[in-house]
Amino acid sequence: MESESLILFFIIALVLVGGAIIFATLAAPKSFNPAKSEPYECGIPSEGPAWIQFNVGYYLFAIIYLIFDVETVFLFPWAVVMGEIGIRAFIEIIIFFFVLGLGLLYAWKKGALKWV
Amino acid sequence: MSSKIYDFSTLTGSIDAALNSWMSPGLAVLSEMVIIGLLFLTFYALLGLFLVYLERKVCAVIQNRVGPNRVGKWGLLQTIADLIKLLMKELIPIRKADHLLFLIAPFIVIIASFMAMGAVPFAKGLHVLDFNIGVFYVMAVSSLGVVGILIAGWSSNSKYSLIGAMRSGAQIVSYELSVGLSLMAIVVFSGTMSLSGIIESQADGWWIFKGHIPAFVAFIVFLIASTAEINRGPFDLAEAESELTAGFHTEYSGIKFAFFFLAEYINMFIVAALGATVFLGGWMPFHIGNWEGFNQVMDYIPSIVWFFAKTFFIIYVIMWFKWTFPRLRIDQLLTLEWKFLLPISMVNILLIAFLVMMHWHF
Repeated sequence: MESESLILFFIIALVLVGGAIIFATLAAPKSFNPAKSEPYECGIPSEGPAWIQFNVGYYLFAIIYLIFDVETVFLFPWAVVMGEIGIRAFIEIIIFFFVLGLGLLYAWKKGALKWV
Repeated sequence: MSSKIYDFSTLTGSIDAALNSWMSPGLAVLSEMVIIGLLFLTFYALLGLFLVYLERKVCAVIQNRVGPNRVGKWGLLQTIADLIKLLMKELIPIRKADHLLFLIAPFIVIIASFMAMGAVPFAKGLHVLDFNIGVFYVMAVSSLGVVGILIAGWSSNSKYSLIGAMRSGAQIVSYELSVGLSLMAIVVFSGTMSLSGIIESQADGWWIFKGHIPAFVAFIVFLIASTAEINRGPFDLAEAESELTAGFHTEYSGIKFAFFFLAEYINMFIVAALGATVFLGGWMPFHIGNWEGFNQVMDYIPSIVWFFAKTFFIIYVIMWFKWTFPRLRIDQLLTLEWKFLLPISMVNILLIAFLVMMHWHF
């Protein structure tokens, strides 16, 4: 099969989840109780919504990740042709990794890799 | 070389020819899609059930218990009974939740795992999506699952879910780098990103043996990072039962909860299959260089058996991690990735590039 079956896998997954959820809504028993539909909080009535402003600790990690992930995308084409090109590709990647390593070192020293 | 290995493409090819002779090409493609779809659906469901059973048995062995043994022979039907129970459970609507996103989240998680599983090469010629960027495709698609997890945590409007989802976001996002770099190590060796190409390049020995120590280091990094990537083992902070109830799927009930559970196990299979394919040769039998006699003896074992043996070996190791290591703290987790695994894998890539440049690998 060719890549058109990519759409096939999408459709199967939709059918699987959708079918099971529809079946469960039809087959499962139902009972109504206002306390049941509260968000869970150790059994006591929940205190306020969860949608509040709070410090997202992984914000800096997400930004550094973005840089490194884009770098991975650049590295994959290099990885494929590394064996053919040889020494020039190797020198180039040393320079690339040197710059990248400096970036990581900078983030490290600045304390961006610390969970606060 | 390796002519004895049964090629499943002769089987699929003859089915294709037969279908094309019976009906018009468009209809033949459609019916092939239906056949593949049904096969995958069955395989996906059975695999999920079996992995849950296996996990409970492995856990029982490690904790010196018996494990499920009441329903069916050796408790084999236990997970089927569980599935029926989950199907018959009420789907509790959360009053303050974002209902649309709450409904969409399990779809995204399952779709990501399904599309990644389509690219797994099960045996010689048994490979549905054989892209020339196979490794990259599996990485890209399987990381879509984190979107589903974040949506699930956010839309539940529960504090536990939100904290679990945030942790999971930081964790999956971080460890993806190490997974990518360790897989890239083998891409440098084999010079191709297609999964079938990588398997073919291991006909004279698996990369973990051919690639000297750097390939082994890459394999270890891959194991650690992929365990974190699928939210398991000592890295299951996203659903740390003892502190967050169930993490991002606290508010999900019945079959919707079952889908998150299922996706977790299927993702475990996918990373194990990917690791087995890239590092341990996939369906390629154990070959040693030019030992023709030895290689031919090994070829008598069917390729599908090799694939599943290696995959389940990695799955067993991942389960072993979970039941023997204590859970990490979030800052330890991120330190491990950013200050240890990432620098190690970067240096490792340079070493491998050097090896390839000098043609020192076999």
